[in-house]
Order: sequence, then C-alpha cells, then structure tokens
Amino acid sequence: MTSAVTEMQPTTPAQQEIPVWKQEGAEPFLQIQGVTKKFGEFTAVDNVSLDIYKNELFCLLGGSGSGKSTLLRMLAGFENPTSGRILIDGVDMSGVEPWKRPVNMMFQSYALFPHLSVADNVAFGLKREGVARAEIKQRVGEMLEMVQLGHLGRRKPSQLSGGQRQRVALARALVKRPKLLLLDEPLGALDKKLREETQFELMNIQEELGVTFVVVTHDQEEAMTLATRIGVMNHGVIVQTDEPHDVYEYPSSRFVAEFIGSVNLFEGKVIEDKPDSVRIKSKEAGSTLFINHGISCSPDQIVHVAVRPEKIRLSHENPGQSDNCLSGVIEDIAYMGSLSLFRVKLASGKEVRITQPNFDRRIGERFTWDDKVFLHWDEESSVVLTS
Amino acid sequence: MSGKPPVQAGPTVAAVDAITQGLAKYNFFRRVSWGRLAVIAVPMLWLAVFFFVPFLVVFKISLAETAIAIPPYTALLEWVGDMEEAYVTLKLNLGNYLYLLDDVFYLDAYLSSIKIAGISTFCTLLVAFPIAYLMARSNGSTRALLLALVILPFWTSFLLRVYAWMGILKKNGLVNDILMGLGIVDEPLTMLQTDFAVYLGIVYTYLPFMVLPLYSALEKLDMTLLEAAEDLGSRPVTSFFLITLPLSLPGIVAGCLLVFIPAVGEFVIPALLGSPDTLMIGRVLWDEFFLNRDWPMASAVAIMMLIILVLPIMLIRNSQGKEESA
Repeated sequence: MTSAVTEMQPTTPAQQEIPVWKQEGAEPFLQIQGVTKKFGEFTAVDNVSLDIYKNELFCLLGGSGSGKSTLLRMLAGFENPTSGRILIDGVDMSGVEPWKRPVNMMFQSYALFPHLSVADNVAFGLKREGVARAEIKQRVGEMLEMVQLGHLGRRKPSQLSGGQRQRVALARALVKRPKLLLLDEPLGALDKKLREETQFELMNIQEELGVTFVVVTHDQEEAMTLATRIGVMNHGVIVQTDEPHDVYEYPSSRFVAEFIGSVNLFEGKVIEDKPDSVRIKSKEAGSTLFINHGISCSPDQIVHVAVRPEKIRLSHENPGQSDNCLSGVIEDIAYMGSLSLFRVKLASGKEVRITQPNFDRRIGERFTWDDKVFLHWDEESSVVLTS
Repeated sequence: MSGKPPVQAGPTVAAVDAITQGLAKYNFFRRVSWGRLAVIAVPMLWLAVFFFVPFLVVFKISLAETAIAIPPYTALLEWVGDMEEAYVTLKLNLGNYLYLLDDVFYLDAYLSSIKIAGISTFCTLLVAFPIAYLMARSNGSTRALLLALVILPFWTSFLLRVYAWMGILKKNGLVNDILMGLGIVDEPLTMLQTDFAVYLGIVYTYLPFMVLPLYSALEKLDMTLLEAAEDLGSRPVTSFFLITLPLSLPGIVAGCLLVFIPAVGEFVIPALLGSPDTLMIGRVLWDEFFLNRDWPMASAVAIMMLIILVLPIMLIRNSQGKEESA
C-alpha cells in the first residue's frame, strides 16, 4: 500500500467557521421532504425530512433495518418514495430515472464490472455520456492517478486487492463529476488498518473535489471520523441530526446514547429543577446526581442520566463529593492495551462500565478484582435523557 | 506467548529436517496420488471403454474396404503365408475419405447439416434466453416451478413428442384447423416436411439444453452490477448488451455447443418432420449403413463429422482458456 495518509491534514480553517447548516437562510443542496417508503405493510422509511448542504459529508448512521440504505437507494433512484419528495440542487427528482440523475453511487460490494478492465470500469460512465474519446482517456487517467491506481488501469477487478477495488469503485463514481456522491458502507469490506487510512483519504478527496457526500454506515466510529454531520436512524426515522461531537456528548435519546459508544444509564427522579441545573435522585446509582445544564422537565418526572464510561473516575478513597459519587466493587477488569475496562457492581446490583486510560503501566496493580472503589464524575459530564 | 529458547541449528537438526521432508514427500505421494487416481480412474475408464475404443473401432472400419462378409468389411491386419513363413500385412484404404472429398453430395450434406444446426441453435438461443432470464430473476417457488416446466418434457419419450409435432403440423392438424377455423387462411398450410418443421423440431427438442446453462450463468449475475450501470448513466437496454450479455457468455457458449453438436448429427427430426430433400449428415449415415450396407464409407462419414465438429470446439475452448489465464 502506498500511503496517502502521510499528508494527513489537521482540521482545515473552513471547518472552524460557522458551519453552513447553522447559517441563517442557507440554501440546502439536497432536500428530503417528508419521504416515506413502504414495502407492502412494512414501512422502511417513515416521513423523513432532512436538509443536506453543499460540500457536506453527511453520514446516515443506523443498525440493519433502520432504513438508511433504503433512503440512499431513493436518492440514487433505485427506489421511488411512496410519498414525499427529494430535491437535488432545487430540482425535484420524482420520476427521474437513475441514469438521468446528477448522482453517482459507490456500492457496498463495489459492483465493479468483472469483464472490464479497471480503466474501462472508470470510463463506463463517461462513455454513456458520449464524452469524446481523448477526453475520456484524460479524465480516466487523472482519476486513477488521484486514487493512486494509475499503473493498474489494464488489470481486471479480480486481480486487485480489496483496498484497490474500493478505490476503483470510488474513481468510477467520481469521474462523472456528480453533484452528489452516495456511498454505501464505503469502508465496510476493508480490514481495520486499511479502513483508517482510507477514511482520511476519502476526506481529502471530498475536500479536494468539493462534492457533497452522503455516506451510509452502521459503524459509529466510521461516522464519527468522516462526517460533518450525522443523522442517526432507527426504525425508519431520523432520531437525531447533529455534528459528531454533539451526537456523542449530547445524545437526545436513550437510543442514540446507547447506539453510539457505550454508556451507563441511571434511572432516577427529578428532585430539584432549576433553569441551569437539575438534581436527580437515583436508587439505582445510590446517590444524587447533579447536572449543570437545564432541561425541560417537571419535578418528580422519571428520567435517565447517561454517563460515558471514560468520564467516570475511579478511586479507593472517598472523594468527598455529595453528588455524582457512587461506590461499588470491581467485578471484572479487561486490559485492552491503550485503556482498561472495569465493571463495577453497585450496592443496587447495577453494573457500571468505566474505562481508564493506561497512563502508567501499573494501573492493574492499583485496582484489582473485588476492590471496593468509589466512582465519581464532574457535574458537566453527564446528560439527562427524557426519552 | 512465552518465548521459546532459540533453536541451535546444527548438523543433527539439518539431518532430521531432511528426513522429515523426505517422509513428507513420500507421504504426499502415497496419499494424494493414489486417491486422485482412484477418483479419476472411474470416469476415465468409462470414457475409454465406451467412447475411445468404439471410436477406434469405427476409425478402423473407415480404413477398410467393403466386402460381402460378416461383418461386411475387410480386415486391416492379415496373417499371410504358411507355418514356416508367416507375416502380417496391413492394408489401409484411404479411398473412402478421398471419395468423401470428391463427391459434392457429401460436402453438401455436411454444409446443409451445419446450416440447419446453426440456424436452429440461434433460434433456440433466442427462445431460451428470456426463459432463463425469467427463471434467474424470479423468487424461490416460481423458479422451482419454471425449472420443473423446462425439465418436464423429458418425462415423455422424445420420439413420442416428435410424433406429436407431426400431428400438430400436418395438413389437417391442430394448427391448420385453428387457422382455417378463424378464417386466417383458406387452404391448409404445408408445414410438415419442410425445413421449417425441422427447425421447429430441433428448437423444441433441445430447448432445455440451452435453458439450463443460460440459467446457471444468469443466476450468478450480480444484480447490483445492473444498478451500477444504471447509476453510471446506462439505460436498461444498453446495460443488457454491455453487462448482462457479456457476463452470460460462458452460459451462451455452453448452451450453443450442447445444442449445435447433437443437432448437426440429428437423424430422427429431419427424417420425421423434414422433407425427403432435407439433406443432413445423419440421414446420409443411415443410408450408407442400412441401404448401401457400406460400413467403411459410413464410418468415414462419421469420422469426418467428428473432425468437423471437434476442431472448432477445441479452438473455442483454447481461446477461452487463454482469455481466462490472460
């Protein structure tokens, strides 16, 4: 593998400006308006509305059967919405055949034509457009150079490695200069190391060409690294649309909190509701939980408090804070190299997962099985979930 | 996990290595080679006894001369002489082959056979492709039903089915009755004893041999390839010619060979459905054997047909093999 990742760029200045989706009156490039898709009795996509802006790399994230692939197939034109409509660059796509859409797709299986060479695969779309032969040759050459396969143009797909096939598929989808590129699990078939490399490559290409990407994935890590924004889907509905950081730190529901990363949930009752803070009494946690941001809830309402495993600190001594401090016994330790995972059982029987970075090599000596430990976290580290 | 102490490579180790390797080779030879042989031997023996030996016998007869004897041809090897001085004579007669090349009748028969077989193979392909496509695209139960329908005719005797076509095609047969009854034609059409009937008979009879390989090729075709083609701006018709057709080519070749080869030598269909003028090599063979009782000539005709058929097939296979390895 030649490495393109050596030019791994830090976040570009553009990303630090106000993102386009937060700007007032920005014109969305792709508009999904109340789209529903039914297969017989089954509703695959349920009244989804979504705006995606130019140059975005939008990830549709969900488990299998969440409707994310169906939504993507509707954008490509392989399926027609049962109701609702899709606009690309202001043009209504209803009834527009797949071969007439300004959209190209990279398939999960790559769908390379096995009987055509790499160069012919890439040239396929341009030939259908009736582009002049010389221009086809030039554009195919440029595109293959970009994905670093310039020397392999005459090979057949069966003679390529998985990573090379993935890049041929990408080149084939990009060579037509689509306004919108759809990627179905683009990294799904690659091994872990190659995935990481390709992720950055994909982001570089997207920035370079300024194409709007819509990526479908079930892999939250992939979504987190790639996306400008993530749309989390469940049962055909988009449950949350946010930037990766916000989706992780401020999940809007228990589903999102549990789907993205792992999380500890404590059920509790609201005992103090101030405009900028909430205090919750949780039997499960065996402590009062204090959160320093306000939510819309009523006193005595049953809510869940979500705390990520890496936000919790572990100690032998009582830290002496009255809120957000639990105690329990270490049930299990999993050493995972860069971090260690602890499972602590509280007096209520509730199990809590905690991860600790392995700052020093002897953390395993400090905490061991059956140790009585205290768990505590900062007041801004947890989120209250009402749904 | 636990580190092993480094192995001291010395003469002893090398010797042991050599012995183990030698043993491994021996073992490999004993197990794989005999097992393989046993598996291959059965079909090879079958082919040798029931194909190659008869072929040699026919080839031998083709080099003999006719004789009024039982069997009606001369022997190639003969003991000549008496007890003191005996030797073997070998008499090869190439006259039959020379006659084949000399007489235009045989050339006409070969060409006409190839033409009839070629046209009917093409027609079979045209009929079989949509059937195979539908089968490959339909879901489980429909697929099983269609497959059963394709195979079902085999349950009736082939001869019986050809006779049934005679009933359908004859002057006062089913088709003419319907056409007359509907007032489409005033006089019955002559369909039986024409080349048309021969084409129809071959297409009908050999359809399953075309459908099955096509089906197996089309079934393997990945539907997302067609979606990818559409996505890249190709209309369905274009996708068919650029994707579906090239990818089902192995099935097309296999099906065409399975139909073409037996069709060239077909005897029953032209005899029953064709006109007396329908010249096919199968009938020539029959006539040589049973009317002229010229076994050597008939054998030469058969050998020649084999050569005409086998050569192009070998060429096709050869070019395919090259393409795959390229």
